[in-house]
Amino acid sequence: MKRRFFHGEGWRKVTEPAGNMPIEAKIKPALTSLLYQLADDDFILAYRGAEWLGLAPHIEEDVAFSSISQDTMGHAAMFYQLLADLGEGNVDSLAHARKTSERRNAVLLELVNGPGHYLSSAQYDWAFAVVRNYFYTQAKKIRLDSLKNSSYRPLAEVALKVNMELYYHLLHWKTWFIQLMQAGGEARTRMEAAIGKVLADFEGVLILGPLAKEMAEYGLIEKEEVSKQRWLHTMKPVFESVNLAVSEANLAMKTGNGRIGEHTVDLDDALSTLSEVYNINPAASW
Amino acid sequence: MIKTALEALHNVKDPEIDTISIVDLGMVEQIEVEGHSVLVKLLPTFMGCPALDIIQKNVEAEIGKAGIFEKIEVRFIYHPPWTSDRVTETGRIKLKEFGIAPPPKFISETGGWQVDCPFCGSAYTTMDNLFGPTACRSILYCKSCRNPFEAMKPVSTMM
Repeated sequence: MKRRFFHGEGWRKVTEPAGNMPIEAKIKPALTSLLYQLADDDFILAYRGAEWLGLAPHIEEDVAFSSISQDTMGHAAMFYQLLADLGEGNVDSLAHARKTSERRNAVLLELVNGPGHYLSSAQYDWAFAVVRNYFYTQAKKIRLDSLKNSSYRPLAEVALKVNMELYYHLLHWKTWFIQLMQAGGEARTRMEAAIGKVLADFEGVLILGPLAKEMAEYGLIEKEEVSKQRWLHTMKPVFESVNLAVSEANLAMKTGNGRIGEHTVDLDDALSTLSEVYNINPAASW
Repeated sequence: MIKTALEALHNVKDPEIDTISIVDLGMVEQIEVEGHSVLVKLLPTFMGCPALDIIQKNVEAEIGKAGIFEKIEVRFIYHPPWTSDRVTETGRIKLKEFGIAPPPKFISETGGWQVDCPFCGSAYTTMDNLFGPTACRSILYCKSCRNPFEAMKPVSTMM
């Protein structure tokens, strides 16, 4: 007989532990495609965030940004775990061993932080960091709100957890965005340049790839068009408050479609750096 | 046997806050005993928390001391999600003893929260940094006793 202790409860007999949720074979391609996008998006942006360590504008920001990147890497790990549970391989190899062409992150999220290298002569662009992170975090928030009702229960549960941590990320980036936009002078000029650069590839963040229709059909996540409209709708009052005109026509996918494996040399470089230790001995246990 | 395991878990402290146990932090969701095997299901406070591996090892070690289990398994689960209201009353007192303000109640209407200084009790405090030295803490400053201090972040499913 099994007995369990539940938090906040007394003793209780239970019937069967909840295992992995069985899914129909026809749903699996859409589900794994969605999970690869969610995992790869967070993974590469967390990596780009980690490169800022020690280089942020002031020490409190260094603490905050590294904390956010750590959370985000944790989110990627959860999504990779869901893939592992579906038989896609183990978490470490999913994160480190997949080639550029197998990655499904949006291209915008892989772009370098700026010229130079974090070990020397880094000339990273803080405006780009703020705009990329704010726009992405808002899109992620909208996605998670939909995923909380996903028909794939393990994903819905992860979404609820991630969403709680995301609350603070969004607050953080929104504050930076509004303050720098209202600062005028060089800040405003650089922010507007960064906004142009981010929007030119933001369509690539909002789309869900070739299986988007199936994802919505099986109730895994809402239609990409609905999410896109939500994003525009949510951002509108913020843009208006800082006298910025942005419309749907500004959204583009200039550099490539990461959802079908199109990527830049920036991702090649990032992957070879971040998997350097892993590749010394992929069988090693850390 | 569950009681023995639970008692052992009271000895597993947060690796960075050695006054508070993972039980008082509200991380222990289930203890499952079958024959001579025990399965402990824990809820991570924040997902990227690097202390999780240490906690897992300490749980295995503490329960192992009881000498009655042949198999000890620790599993981190996401559901239900950990929320800051799971910290027990004892936990709140212990956090304060350590100099960390316990998680304030989250006010969902305004998104604001009110934290009292863990040293002098004053409500005259300001937020220095929402993000602190670990994922679950923020940095604040008390304008009454002029001490910087940390507070556990409120986390709720209402967010």
